[in-house]
Amino acid sequence: MLRIVNGEVYDPINGINGEVQDICVRDGRIVETSEVSGQPSVSATSEVWKTIDATGMVVMPGGVDMHCHIAGAKVNLARKMRPEDHRNDVMPRTPITRSGTGGSVPSTFTTGYRYAAMGYTTAFDAAVPPLAARHAHEEFNDTPVVDKGFFVLMGNNEFIMQRIAAKQHERARDYAAWLLQATKGYAIKLVNPGGVELWKFGGNVHALDDEVTGFGVTPRQIIQTLADVSAELGLPHPVHIHCNNLGIAGNWETTLETMKALDGRRAHLTHIQFHSYGGKPGGLFASKAAELAEYVNAHPNLTVDVGQVMFGDTTSMTGDGPLGYLLYQVTGRKWANVDVETEEGCGIVPIEYKDKSHVHTTQWAIGLEWFLLINDPWRIALTTDHPNGASFMSYPRIIRLLMDREYRREMMKQVHPKALAKTHLPELDREYSLYEIAIITRAGPARLLGLKNKGHLGIGADADITIYDKDDDKEKMFACPRYVIKDGRILVEDGHIREDTYGRTFFVAPAYDPAIEADIREHFDKYYTIRFENYPVQLEHYLPRHEAVACSD
Amino acid sequence: MPEGKLVLITGRSTKQGTGISNGKYLAEYQEATTVLGLSQADMARHGLRDGDTVRLISRYGEATVKCRSEDLPDGMAFMAFGSTINQLVGDETYASGMPDTKGLEIELEKTPA
Amino acid sequence: MQVDNVVCAFCGCVCDDISVTIEDGRITQAKNACVLGKAWFLSHGQPSDRPAAMIDGQPASLDDAVDTAARLLAQARYPLIYGLSSTSCEAQRQAVALAEALGGCIDCCTSVCHGPSGMALQGIGEPTCTLGEVKNRADLIIYWGSNPGESHPRHMARYAVTPKGMFIPRGRKDRTVVLIDVRPTPSARAADLFLQVKPGKDFELLWSLRALVKGQAIEEAGLVGTGLTLAQLTDLAERMKRCKFGVLFVGQGLTQSRGKHLNTSAAFMLVRDLNSVTKFALVPMRGHGNVTGIDNVLGWQTGYPFGVNFSRGYPRFNPGEFTVVDVLSRNEADAALIVASDPVASLPRKAVRRLTEVPTIALDTHESETTRIAQVVFITATAGISAEGTIYRMDNVPLHLSNVLPSPHPSDEQVLGRILARVKELKPC
Repeated sequence: MLRIVNGEVYDPINGINGEVQDICVRDGRIVETSEVSGQPSVSATSEVWKTIDATGMVVMPGGVDMHCHIAGAKVNLARKMRPEDHRNDVMPRTPITRSGTGGSVPSTFTTGYRYAAMGYTTAFDAAVPPLAARHAHEEFNDTPVVDKGFFVLMGNNEFIMQRIAAKQHERARDYAAWLLQATKGYAIKLVNPGGVELWKFGGNVHALDDEVTGFGVTPRQIIQTLADVSAELGLPHPVHIHCNNLGIAGNWETTLETMKALDGRRAHLTHIQFHSYGGKPGGLFASKAAELAEYVNAHPNLTVDVGQVMFGDTTSMTGDGPLGYLLYQVTGRKWANVDVETEEGCGIVPIEYKDKSHVHTTQWAIGLEWFLLINDPWRIALTTDHPNGASFMSYPRIIRLLMDREYRREMMKQVHPKALAKTHLPELDREYSLYEIAIITRAGPARLLGLKNKGHLGIGADADITIYDKDDDKEKMFACPRYVIKDGRILVEDGHIREDTYGRTFFVAPAYDPAIEADIREHFDKYYTIRFENYPVQLEHYLPRHEAVACSD
Repeated sequence: MPEGKLVLITGRSTKQGTGISNGKYLAEYQEATTVLGLSQADMARHGLRDGDTVRLISRYGEATVKCRSEDLPDGMAFMAFGSTINQLVGDETYASGMPDTKGLEIELEKTPA
Repeated sequence: MQVDNVVCAFCGCVCDDISVTIEDGRITQAKNACVLGKAWFLSHGQPSDRPAAMIDGQPASLDDAVDTAARLLAQARYPLIYGLSSTSCEAQRQAVALAEALGGCIDCCTSVCHGPSGMALQGIGEPTCTLGEVKNRADLIIYWGSNPGESHPRHMARYAVTPKGMFIPRGRKDRTVVLIDVRPTPSARAADLFLQVKPGKDFELLWSLRALVKGQAIEEAGLVGTGLTLAQLTDLAERMKRCKFGVLFVGQGLTQSRGKHLNTSAAFMLVRDLNSVTKFALVPMRGHGNVTGIDNVLGWQTGYPFGVNFSRGYPRFNPGEFTVVDVLSRNEADAALIVASDPVASLPRKAVRRLTEVPTIALDTHESETTRIAQVVFITATAGISAEGTIYRMDNVPLHLSNVLPSPHPSDEQVLGRILARVKELKPC
C-alpha cells in the first residue's frame, strides 16, 4: 500500500502532463486516490500505508524497453566470447543482490538490477530462435525485477517459407500460432527475411524480390505474409521487422521498398537508424533519415524504434548471420556465428563506434535525426538495439541529447565534421519535453507492445512507477531515479536495490487449427534433430511467473 | 621418441563408458581402466603377451597394469580414463586448466609374473 | 509401462527419442539408446538401497548431512565446488549461488575437457551450427581427435553421417567423412578417409592447413614428423575448399594434447578462414552429460564459462588460477563440494590427493570413487530419470529432462538448495 504524494506526474496515455497529483497503489496496481484520501498511515484494518513525499519530483510510469538483446543463446554466446568486456565492470554481491559482471553484455542478474536502477520495469528481448526458447526463459528466470517477453524469429523459418510457396496462407498462420504457443513468445519477428536462410550456404538476399533459392519465395512475400498473419491472429504487437540489407550503404531504398510492400499493413520497423543509409555499397554512408521519416510520418500503419548508436565499445549481436560476417570482415574482430536448424541464425562481433569516424558519426546523427524528425512521438521508441548500437545504460544520455540542444551542440563539435554536415542534424533545434520523453520511453512502447497495464498510471495499471529528482542535467536525472516501484513495491531507493524480486513473463497463445500438428510433426521427423513432442516449452516449469496477453478477435 | 619410451594416450572407451554407469567397482569398468593397449610390435619388443602385468612410469607417478595387443602405431600406448592411469598424469596445466591428459611420455617395465 | 521420447542425459548427444520401459519400479528397456545410454538408463533406473545421506560412512539424516556439509564449507577459507556435468541446470544454478555465498571457486568438467574450446571462443569467436544443420546440409564431415564410435555412439547415425537431410537427400552417399586421429579407432572404420597423425602435431597441421586454404605454398620439410605428407594435407585442404558445407567436429584429441587451447584456436581460425571460400562450421564434441549446461549457466550468471572465483564477492575468471586441477594440486582448496562428477577417478593424482586431505562433500546418484573418500555423501535422484530439469546438447540446444521413475531421494537441486540456505545462515553476506 503506497501513496506517492505531490509529485509532478507525466502519464501521457492518460493525458497527464506534469500535473501535481497523488498516485495510490494497492495490491500491485494503481487505485483511485479517493480510496485512500484521508487514510491514516496505519488504518483500523491494519493496512500499512507507506507514503513517498514526491514534492518537486517527477513521477512517470516505469520504463519499457521494447527492443533489446538480454537473454538466450545468442546473448550468452556473446557473454562467453567476451571475458574482456566483463572484467572492468563488476558487480559485487550484497546481502540482497546477486553478483555479476557488466560491460556491453552483462550477466543476467546485473542486467535486471541495472535496468531497475535506471527506472525501467519492462524489457523485451527482440530475437529468440524458437529451438532455443527454453534457454531464453531460463535466462529470464535469472533476470531480476523487470517484466519481460520475447519476439520469436520466423522470417527464415523453412516451414513457413514452404507454406508460402505452396500458397497455403492459413497453414502458415496456424503454424505461426503454434510456434508462439510452443515457445511462449510474444510477437513475430523478422530478421533479414530470406537472407539468413541463404547464409546457411554462404549467400544472402539483396532485394525484396530476390528468390530464396530452394524455397521459391521472396522477402516481399515473407514480409507480407507474416504481417498479415500477425494481424489475423490478433497479436497485441504487429510484425516486428529488421529489414534486409541492414548496415549497407544505400539500404534506405530497401527500407522504403519494405515500407511500401507493407501497403497499409501494421508493422513495426526496428532499429530504423541502421536501415537509413544513402550512398553506394562499399562507399560512405549518407543519411536518408529525412526521406524515410517523411514516409513514416505520412503512413500511420508504421511504427519504428531508433536503434541509436552511441560512441564507445560494444557488441553487435544479430539474427542477421551474413551481417555478422560482414562486420567481421570490416572490423577484423572476433566473430561467432550460429546457424540454427530450419529456423534462424545469428552473428556476433565486438564493435567500437568512434566519434572521429565518418561512418559512425553518420550513424549517430541519423538516429538523432529520426528522433527529431518524426512528428508523432507515439510512433517512435527510444532504443539502442542494446547492445548493438550501445548499452541500454546509455538511455539517459540519449534523453539528454534530445532534451538539451546545447548539449547536443557540444557533442556535435566532437564528431566528424564533414559527416555531420551531410546530415540535417545541425539544423534540427527541436527539444523533447518531459512529456514526450515519457512517451518514447514508456507510454509509447507499452502501447506499441499492446500491454494495456503498462506505461501508464491510470486506475488498474500495474504499479510500475519511477520517481526522479529534477535536474537540469537530464542524463543525471534519468540515470539515477530516486525511487523505482515495481508491482507496488519500492525496489530501488537512491540507487540501491532494496529487494531481490522477479517479474512476470508475458506471452501470447493465439488459437490454431490442431490439424497443423500432423504437418509440423512430419517436418520435425524430416529436418529437425529433436522430437516434435520435446519441442514445446513447459509452461509451469519455465515460466513460474507468467501472464498471457489476449489476442484480439 | 627416445628408445624405450612410449607416448601415452588416454581417452574414452565403450566399456569405460558403460562401466561408469554400471558401477566403477565392477569388473567391466575395472578391466576397462586397468588394461594398457600396445602395438603388436611393442608387445614383442618387450617380450609381452596379452594379460601380462607391466609397470608404467611417468615423471609424475607409477601404475601397475595389465597389457594387451591393440591396433596402435608403434611407440604409442592407450588406456581408458580412470584413476589408475591418472596416477601417471601430472598436474601442471601451463595456465590452461587442462593437464597433459594425452601425449604423456612414459616408460614401461615388464614385471615378474 | 512405456514412456517415449525420453531424453538421455549421458553424453553430449542428448538423444531425445529413447523409449523407456518401466516394470515393477525399474527400467528394463531403453529402446533407441546406444550402448552407453542403455547402461545409464538401466543402471540408474533401479531402486537404490543406499541411504540418502551419509556422514563418515554412516547413514545420517538429510538434515544432519546438510548441516554438516554447510558447516564444512562455510568454515573453509577457499572452498571449491566442482563437477556438475551429470545434473540439471536447475541444480547447477543452485551450485553457482552456493559458490557465491561461500566466496569460493566453482569449476566444472569443462576445464578438463573442452575448456580449450571455450578459450578459443574467447580469442577467435566460433563459426558453428546446430546438429540439424549438419543433418540437412553438410557434405563434408571431419572428426579431428574424436572417437565418436566410443564416446558418442549415435553421433554418426543420428546427426552427422547417415541421416538424410533437406539438401542431403541420399544421406551417407552424399557425404564424405574424414577422421583424423593418432590411432585407428573403431570410428576410423566408418570414415571414407582416415588420416593418422603423430601425437602432439595437431597445431602444426592445422596451421599448415590454414596456409593451404589461403593459397600459400608450404614446404614438405615443414611437415616432417606430423605423420602426413604435403600431398595428403593438400588433398584435405582441397576437399575443405570444394565442399558445399563442411563441419569440423573438434574432439579431446585437440583439447587434451600438447597445445590445448592453441590447437583449438588454430582449428577455429581454420574454420573461420574457410568461410571466405565456402560454408564451414565447427562443433566441439562436448562429452559428459550436461557439461554444456553448466557452461551456459555459468555464462549467464557470471559472464564466464568455467573456472570462476567469488572470493572478492564478484565473479572472476582465470584458467590455470581458478580451475580445478590447479586449485587442488597447489593445495589451495581447503574444502570441496563435488556434484554429479567423479574427480577421484578422472583427475590427475596430485589433485585427487588434495581431495582426500580436505573435507569433501559429494552428491552423486550412486557410489563412486569420490563418494568413497567423501566425509559427507548425498545419494540423489538421477536428473533425467528421477528428477526433472533442463539439459543442453553439445550444440547448445536445450531440452527438458523428465522424471520417469520417481525416487525417494531428493534431487541435486533440492540438496544444494538446502545447503545454500544453511550456508547463508552460517555465513551471511
